[in-house]
Amino acid sequence: MNLRLRISQIRKSHNGDRVLDDCSFFFEQGGVYVLTGPNGSGKSTLLRICALLERPDSGEIAYFLGQERLEDNIFLRRRVTLVLPQVGIFNTSVFNNISYGLRVRGAGRSEIEQKTAEMLAFSGLTQKRGQNAPSLSSGEKQRMGIARGLVIEPEMLFLDEPTASIDETNTRLIEEMILEKKKQGITMIITTHDRAQAERLADKLLMIRDKKLVSVPA
Amino acid sequence: MNNIAGSLSQAFSLILHLDQELLSIILLSLRVSGSALVVSIAIGLPLAAFMAFGKFPLKGIFVNILNTFMGLPPVVVGLLVYLFLSRSGPFGFLALLYTPSAMIIAQTILALPIVASLTHSAIVSVDPIIRQAAKTLGATPLQISLTVIREARYGIMSGIMAAFGRVMAEVGAILIVGGNIAGYTRVMTTTIALETDKGNFELALALGLILLAISLAINVALNVFRKKGTAEA
Ligand SMILES: Nc1ncnc2c1ncn2[C@@H]1O[C@H](COP(=O)(O)OP(=O)(O)OP(=O)(O)O)[C@@H](O)[C@H]1O
Ligand SMILES: [Mg+2]
Repeated sequence: MNLRLRISQIRKSHNGDRVLDDCSFFFEQGGVYVLTGPNGSGKSTLLRICALLERPDSGEIAYFLGQERLEDNIFLRRRVTLVLPQVGIFNTSVFNNISYGLRVRGAGRSEIEQKTAEMLAFSGLTQKRGQNAPSLSSGEKQRMGIARGLVIEPEMLFLDEPTASIDETNTRLIEEMILEKKKQGITMIITTHDRAQAERLADKLLMIRDKKLVSVPA
Repeated sequence: MNNIAGSLSQAFSLILHLDQELLSIILLSLRVSGSALVVSIAIGLPLAAFMAFGKFPLKGIFVNILNTFMGLPPVVVGLLVYLFLSRSGPFGFLALLYTPSAMIIAQTILALPIVASLTHSAIVSVDPIIRQAAKTLGATPLQISLTVIREARYGIMSGIMAAFGRVMAEVGAILIVGGNIAGYTRVMTTTIALETDKGNFELALALGLILLAISLAINVALNVFRKKGTAEA
């Protein structure tokens, strides 16, 4: 059963400036949603609100499993994750970064080892397993951030500009990771400024225009 | 000049022969300052975490008070502890004056604000993105706080080392409350102060050299922690 997200009439201001006004949408189909919009249009803000990191000033964020509406608590938060544009690297090894989500969930040693090793391979970072994560290149950091989010097997994954300021090779690697996970049925909501990338990845294209979330016809 | 050279060579010979008196003085120094440090860490870390993560009124003022206490003059601390512990003082019945315990109390009062204040500033200077990343990955509020503290670990270690350096080198407070009793409350700094006065330069110099070596080691550790905390981020 797919986790589905319905946002209704979301409003959000930062320091008195309205950023989002009356945004409504139902992410119900699974697949990849790509969200575009100019700098400062509120994409990151919307993602943080959807990922339950921030609350809207008004409006409703509702997650559904089948017909059942899930309560906003730690258990719901653990079903979704957001990879921040700056990742937020912990000053420890790549392995410890990627396994973090498993450790906070109290996973056992062998599960941590197995799933983390799987994600290291998936993100092409097996060789970097013991390296101190802050010393990774920016492409590797971004891949590690995605692997760190994926290790907990989220049902919905938010990626905020996963390929901003990243070279072609790493962009391709990251797009491959995204498409591979899409096959496994994870719902993803991704922001980007790269139009060609949006075309390549999107099942559905969305845009923030005049503080509102609008869907762009294919 | 001859005098200095002679004293120096005798000082070295004391060190090389692991003179019993020398050794016991060094060990007491380490025990007193080390105990004060352990107590300061046990109280200072939770206090700093509470000040960093807790929400309570007048927080800024408390942080400022703590920062001010970092620079307490040791002799004043010594005097106050003396007054509290002296026979006629409120804690006179404990009979702690002129014991190593009194010295530990005085040095704890000096070290605690340093540990707490530097730990606090290490915690609050962790990039806020760390907290957000931990939250997105499903950490509970407690786990988020522990993760932030972990990120601050090198800054915290620097704070602990700075406090250790301060109390190891401190003489005013422990001299007043310890009394420099031979074989009982004599530590490196008080011995240096009083033996010099008496003209016993060999022991004073030997202790001085060792104190310098300890300071050097503390500073090397400090620099390592500073580098680890910043360069890699
Ligand atoms: N924590 C904050 N405090 C104050 N203002 C904020 C905060 N976060 C965002 N804003 C403001 O909200 C507006 C939208 O920011 P947001 O980061 O959501 O835009 P964006 O669409 O992601 O932009 P970009 O494409 O540059 O990433 C901006 O004007 C920004 O300055
Ligand atoms: Mg953004």
